[in-house]
Amino acid sequence: MPIRLDKPWIALTPEHIAQLPGHLGVYQLADATGEIVYIGMAGGRSLFGLKGAISEALHAPPAGATQFCYEVTMAYHTRYLELLQAYRYDHGRLPVGNIDVDASRLGHLRLG
Amino acid sequence: MDLALSEEQKMIVEMVRQFVREEIVPLEEHLDPDADELPAEDYNRLVTQTKAMGLYGLDTPPEFGGPDIDLVTRCLIAIECSQHRAGLYAPCYNVFGGARQAQLFEATEAQKAKYLYPMLRGEKKVFFGLSEPSGGSDPARAIQTRAVRDGDEWVLNGTKLWISGADRADYGLIFARTGPDKGRAGVTCFIVETAWPGFQVRRIVHTLRSAKYATEIHLEDLRVPHDNILGTVGGGFAIANARLARQRIPYAAECLGVAIKAHEMAVAYAKIRETFGAPLASRQGIQWMLVDNEIDIRTARLLILDAAAKAERDEPFRTESAMAKLVAAEASGRVVDRSMQIHGGLGVAKDLPLERWYREIRIRRIGEGPSEVQKHIIARDILGASLR
Repeated sequence: MPIRLDKPWIALTPEHIAQLPGHLGVYQLADATGEIVYIGMAGGRSLFGLKGAISEALHAPPAGATQFCYEVTMAYHTRYLELLQAYRYDHGRLPVGNIDVDASRLGHLRLG
Repeated sequence: MDLALSEEQKMIVEMVRQFVREEIVPLEEHLDPDADELPAEDYNRLVTQTKAMGLYGLDTPPEFGGPDIDLVTRCLIAIECSQHRAGLYAPCYNVFGGARQAQLFEATEAQKAKYLYPMLRGEKKVFFGLSEPSGGSDPARAIQTRAVRDGDEWVLNGTKLWISGADRADYGLIFARTGPDKGRAGVTCFIVETAWPGFQVRRIVHTLRSAKYATEIHLEDLRVPHDNILGTVGGGFAIANARLARQRIPYAAECLGVAIKAHEMAVAYAKIRETFGAPLASRQGIQWMLVDNEIDIRTARLLILDAAAKAERDEPFRTESAMAKLVAAEASGRVVDRSMQIHGGLGVAKDLPLERWYREIRIRRIGEGPSEVQKHIIARDILGASLR
């Protein structure tokens, strides 16, 4: 399985969100240029899984997000941490919208 | 009892097996590990193939356009279709037509036109709303959702729980209490459209299962036309129950398919994986685990095919169906567990499908009637009326 969530971006619109499943998983939000601005997860306490979590982004898009992609996975927590670490490895920092993450507690991936 | 497959059955099994290995499994290398759907273009392409195979609409009676196959053949297909990562709850990602709300085959002609045929054509999705927070094993007594007549309509209030697919369905079947009778005779089945005021999917209930998540439905003064009663007032439980015993048999067969694949993986791995200078397969402990797997699989298979054959001959099969479901669900769980153990650390990693099967197969001891209820059915047969 690839580590980075390299899937086509989907426009952050009500129509696309209506098609989303309610599964648990992880998602990435990007701005219009395709720059990842937020990495999130839909965990076991979410009412409507990915659909609910990405719906919230529609109403309050972090850091100007206009598009998203997602991955359905029951291992949502470890995958979320992995994506954050992969992003930090690639960019030297966390996504601008992930102000909710304590970077000092995040592990370090060293990817090829 | 002749256990040999007919030539036609052998051909169908081989065709489906090849389809799973050549079309479904390769797709899973690129899908999310807990996916239960295919991208639209893959889904449509594979549906075209299953239609060309003459096997689309597996649970649809021939008179409604489904393939003319008996229940034994249906089970043989179910065994093959579940042998991939998502196979237990999304066998072949439903390209063979998926599960159907079979109760709609009992609808009036007007109801069929509005609700059955769009479902069969794949245009509409349907849910089945029987279980409630008060219980699912004994719905006749547990149902507390009430329906009160008001002119030409019924007003429904209540909550349903563990309802698969309600958040994405267009309509579904809701079983509500319409009479003072606290048992079976007081339950009526209503066809309910999800867009109607008063119908709300309150939440998704996240469980061990990756596919087909469950939901909680809330009904608040939901008005349903009298014409949307399926069957008769008070006849709901008979509708719900009529097909349950028969449905359990292919349900059990799906468990068996996963067990067969897990065992196949364990055998292959045991032959190549070495510890302390010898392959795992040379260790008696591992050999006995594989032997136990083989016995569990063969036992379940015999019970499943026996139940299917009896049902097909219109002989009493309720006990056989219960045995098949009980044994297949529990035996398959043991097989997956042993296979996971043989794989060591790799067995619990998402790199392999074993961890998903391990989680999902556990639910099979509860869904479609828990093991304890199956034992109750069997005990009732053994002991007869003295148990009542």
